[in-house]
Amino acid sequence: MSTTELARAATPAPARGRKKRSRLNTQAGAGWLFVLPMVVVLGVFLFLPVLMAAWVSVSDWGGRGSPWGANVNFVGARNYVEVLGGKGLAARDFGTAIRNNLYYVILVVPLQTAISLGLAFMVNKRALRGKGFFRTAFYFPSVTSTVAITVLWLFLFSASGAVNAFLSWFSITGPNWFADPRGLIHLALGGGEAPAALSQPGLFGISTWEWIAGPSVAMSAFILMAVFTTSGTFMLLFLAALQAIGEETDEAAMVDGASVWQRFWYVTLPMLRPTVFTVVTLGLIGTWQIFDQIYTAGQQGGPAKTTLTPAYLSYNAAFISQDWGRGAAIAFVLFGIIVIFTVLQRLILGGGDRSTRKQVRAEQRMQARLAATGSAGGTIPGTLAGSDHDEH
Amino acid sequence: MHPSSRRAATAAVAVLASFSLAACGSGFSSSSSAPASGSASKNTNPVTVLIGSSGDAETASVKAAVAAWSTKSGVPAEVKVASDLVQQATQGFAGGKPDDVLYVSTDQLTGWAKNGSLEAYGDQLANKSDFYPGLVSAFTYDNKFYCAPKDFSTLALVINTAMWKEAGLTDADVPTTWDQLAAVAKKLTKGKRVGLAFGPELQRVGVFMAQAGGGLVSADGKAQANAQPNIDALAYVKKLMTDGNAAFSSDLGAGWGGEAFGKKEAAMVIEGNWITGAMSSTYPNVDYTVAELPAGAQKGTLQYTNCWGISADGDNKTAAVDLVSFLTTKDQQLTFAKDFGVMPSVQSAAEGYKTDNPKMVPFINGAAYAQNLPSMAGAADVIKDFNSQLAGLKTKDPKAILDATQSNLQAIVG
Repeated sequence: MSTTELARAATPAPARGRKKRSRLNTQAGAGWLFVLPMVVVLGVFLFLPVLMAAWVSVSDWGGRGSPWGANVNFVGARNYVEVLGGKGLAARDFGTAIRNNLYYVILVVPLQTAISLGLAFMVNKRALRGKGFFRTAFYFPSVTSTVAITVLWLFLFSASGAVNAFLSWFSITGPNWFADPRGLIHLALGGGEAPAALSQPGLFGISTWEWIAGPSVAMSAFILMAVFTTSGTFMLLFLAALQAIGEETDEAAMVDGASVWQRFWYVTLPMLRPTVFTVVTLGLIGTWQIFDQIYTAGQQGGPAKTTLTPAYLSYNAAFISQDWGRGAAIAFVLFGIIVIFTVLQRLILGGGDRSTRKQVRAEQRMQARLAATGSAGGTIPGTLAGSDHDEH
Repeated sequence: MHPSSRRAATAAVAVLASFSLAACGSGFSSSSSAPASGSASKNTNPVTVLIGSSGDAETASVKAAVAAWSTKSGVPAEVKVASDLVQQATQGFAGGKPDDVLYVSTDQLTGWAKNGSLEAYGDQLANKSDFYPGLVSAFTYDNKFYCAPKDFSTLALVINTAMWKEAGLTDADVPTTWDQLAAVAKKLTKGKRVGLAFGPELQRVGVFMAQAGGGLVSADGKAQANAQPNIDALAYVKKLMTDGNAAFSSDLGAGWGGEAFGKKEAAMVIEGNWITGAMSSTYPNVDYTVAELPAGAQKGTLQYTNCWGISADGDNKTAAVDLVSFLTTKDQQLTFAKDFGVMPSVQSAAEGYKTDNPKMVPFINGAAYAQNLPSMAGAADVIKDFNSQLAGLKTKDPKAILDATQSNLQAIVG
């Protein structure tokens, strides 16, 4: 990007004649010709369906014939209002789904990031024997289909399943995992009735007491499953990043007398920041879209709607209740939520390349100043460009 | 951005736009021309039948029946087994090329009838008056009888014979009132085993509301979830559970009542006639008898049914109606009953069914007093919400649950 722009800037375009321009144009044309198949494929299979869904979300299309048909009417923001501003069941269901998914995201993303980082460190150790075996073993859940793992989980976490049998060795009576709607925070608080102050309907018609319920026991089983299945994938990302760092850096830090913890915290982790950013972003997007596990478990968001998620709710509204407008509206609201969370996360984490951009801007300012004074200093932009390169 | 790239981007958008228009043109407009050919004098367009099959027995039986009709009528016909019927049917309706005949549940009827996907052909059937009235009303939407009931199921009390004897009970002890049910449930409770189990849902617990003379919606279509009979029914169920003599199947770690019954975690369950298939295939060593449910203020049970829906956009509706008439005849329904254990939806077949299946008599007797669950638009969500609260019945106030359901229900029926 930057090199081509520099090249263009270097060419005094207006000074040359028409010939030069047309050649540039044919080049661009050829470029577009080459990407045309992909543009068309993306357009037909991505852009167009999104456009249609957007239209469905503001229409009263009922699922018969084309959504562009003559008897489909524009209803404005009605579907959105029903979901976001209503006092009815639709809004409450949406609020419940958001609550469930929020707890899911809050627990899964940090856990999967930390665990995958830990796994990556373990299998990156030079001293570890059977490295290949462990790498394969940790990655294995990621290549298994979610459906298979969900079914496995249903068996493991059934009332008389392996997990409860294991717990019983320690004289712990395990819960009936997938049938237990009690929230973890409620349980920690003693599981009593709601205090009067918190039992009034609040946001989306759901009481504050219900908002702070925490993930239900059933959802916790899904949370464990998500951590189990995704850690392997992200381990691979971390492993690649760790191997790119190289041993020299670690050795240099060792020579400086840094302890293991210091080397991890002050040397390795900062260098892994772009990867952490990637993992957290992918994690956020993936966890907000949880659908297949809920669908496969076959409880339709139960017990007591504590595993209902926006993605499942959207499917349910459209395909089961034939309320296509509401289904599409939920999908778009979910899209908005994911964008907001990703942006927030970027701001909090400092972004993968924000510092670089700051440096580029500083560099530009510097060059401008140099140009103004007329002295073309060779060394200063050079070092800046060098540091820029390092960040990448 | 460079001027030339901006121009190119505009061009790309133009290309996209033209493509999207072209795609719409070819994809959907064909649907409008399809029904016109339906009224031709002798239409031999093939008829496709989309079914959601319970297993090989059902698939083979339906295929044989459709093939027999095809030979008789000369119209080619094909049976397709859906893995996810609702989704496949929905795609067909949206694409304008639906299958001609398909299974439709009471839950789905409203949505598809409302958006015009289904043909209301019920009144064209010669054997219309032979169907059970309760089933006809289940498939009546907006005062139009949409589709012919395929078969139906009712709920009854399934009793483990060995445990019954072990508790010293005889045939005379089969409960006919709520008090008797509570008494035998108590006698049958032993250790971790409960006397009575049912799924944590309106689809099972609702029988007590029906017996108390209630139900979520009154006969004239008013919301009455928090009416006194319903409160009494839930209070009765709550008492059974808090006394430890009854439990939800989920509390026993079972996916449904049949599983709890088969694993001998419950001595009695409230289940439909489909339980007999599961018992013979999965738990062949458990002996059981079936009894009609006890009465509260009146006799009551719930019924479930599917119909043979016909697509409004199908291209051979005349033949489709003829096929459905063939499939719902008394003899054909008795064949279906024999092949895969369903109950015939026509009253004339009841006697034959009872003779063939003496054990199932209590189920078909339930047809006389069975209620339908509400199925108007949005009812499925209200029922789901009710079920989500029902899970906590042991600690919750029945009236609070029903009050919440009432306000949800009023939003959809007024």
